[in-house]
Amino acid sequence: MNVKTPSKLEKILRSGQLAVTSECGPPRGSNAEEIKHKAELIKNHVDAINITDNQTSVTRLCSLAACIHLKLMGLEPVLQMVTRDRNRIALQSDILGAASFNINNMLCLSGDHQSFGDCGPGQNVHDLDSMQLLQLVRMMRDEGKFAGGDAIKTPPKLFVGAAANPFADPFEIRVPRLAKKIAAGAEFIQTQCIYNLDKFEEWMKLVRERGLHEKVFILAGLTPMKSAGMARYMKNRVPGMDVPEELVKRLAGVPKEKQPEEGIKVCIESIQRLKELPGISGFHIMAIEWEEKVPEIVEASGLFPRPTV
Amino acid sequence: MIVGQQKPLDELWDMIKGHKSVLVFGCNTCVAVCQQGGNKEAEVLASLLRMKATQEGVTIDIINGGIERQCEHEFFESAQEQIQNVEAILSTACGIGVQFMAEKYPDKHLYPGLNTTFLGAVEKFGLYTERCQACGQCVLGITGGICPISRCAKRLMNGPCGGSTKGKCEINKDLDCAWQLIIDRLKTLNRMDDYEKVIPMKDWSTDRAGGPRKFVREDIQV
Repeated sequence: MNVKTPSKLEKILRSGQLAVTSECGPPRGSNAEEIKHKAELIKNHVDAINITDNQTSVTRLCSLAACIHLKLMGLEPVLQMVTRDRNRIALQSDILGAASFNINNMLCLSGDHQSFGDCGPGQNVHDLDSMQLLQLVRMMRDEGKFAGGDAIKTPPKLFVGAAANPFADPFEIRVPRLAKKIAAGAEFIQTQCIYNLDKFEEWMKLVRERGLHEKVFILAGLTPMKSAGMARYMKNRVPGMDVPEELVKRLAGVPKEKQPEEGIKVCIESIQRLKELPGISGFHIMAIEWEEKVPEIVEASGLFPRPTV
Repeated sequence: MIVGQQKPLDELWDMIKGHKSVLVFGCNTCVAVCQQGGNKEAEVLASLLRMKATQEGVTIDIINGGIERQCEHEFFESAQEQIQNVEAILSTACGIGVQFMAEKYPDKHLYPGLNTTFLGAVEKFGLYTERCQACGQCVLGITGGICPISRCAKRLMNGPCGGSTKGKCEINKDLDCAWQLIIDRLKTLNRMDDYEKVIPMKDWSTDRAGGPRKFVREDIQV
């Protein structure tokens, strides 16, 4: 097995086993106990935990600090980094800082627009985009060089990932866009939440036709629905989300108190179906403010126990 | 073309109300096209401010004038006398014209009549849209002639974000997704292969990041 970093996630993926990741959002305050508590709930059922970077542009405790808290608990964090808030100096500096704490995974994103969050009148940076951030991390790691060309004394050892949204428009470039992220340096992909499985399978078919599944590890993204209301909101209000009407109807078809259970069922069924799909290397389970449900989902999907590597 | 938008009358009034004499001064090129800062608009604005002064019971001598362009010395000749006779100037030029006048007339109070909004095109009468942010290193040759820097809300250089929906931007359903436009163009031109070329980190030193910019042509200077 030819691993490039000390990442546990990389080892599991390269060993050919299905990986399971999840994510936790840091708190809107300085109490680290909240993030530690969330991590405690899922730590035995996932291989790595993404920490979001001021998701939806709402100011929160920083991703790097939260990753350090997880690292100190002996867990495997995935540092999410958006290009919205930091220029290349800050990004490189944070990458080195993360590496100094032996944080070994990173997810490169452009980030939601700041107008969605609590700092609408703020400036966005976007000195780089997500592809250029991928290129930069790979250059730092593989060539041991900063963006400016200077040598890095001890280069960071980060396993590098990116997001992919098979459901955003235009659909015809969604596979070329994945190819581009791979060309830029992505080694693993975590997808947008999958609700339209038919469309996802169509995307995966095109991915396989180009052999991209052999060049990158694709982790299928899933978020269990808590209610029909949430499904409707995601369908109508969240950009780039594809929630089929049948799913909304299915959730709405059961009594309100049974809807969370139904949402979990849908999530488990989706994983079971996608486990059979060639080219899928694992699952990224994003149970938003519902972390306690991750163990149940992982166990019922036949993904437990997690491998030791 | 430079597009500007007149500031609200109350804001303008607050700026000028302490002066004895004010020249509302138009710039008859770019900002005349969007009918915000041309000589005609300066004339209308002067009348509105005179009415405001009357309402407020304040005595100010408000006159109006204008030239073709406030960003070049040679156009000012005809207006010298008007300018010299007032205490303050409310310029309805873009920010360039206002600053040029401030430098040219060190003893005059200068106020901006407009908010300079963007460099844009006239899509149709009454519709002006941004096209360029003057980054100093044009990429249009590889993006199908559509600028992702000025027209993508995240100035993404390598394709649409996950928020692109039905050709529209995630921040506003009335806004075209620049990358959808780019891809449509590349498809039409049979150049989709170009999309997969990763555009590396941009050198922003030719942009605002590099500090105020200057272009010198010694060969044509007199």
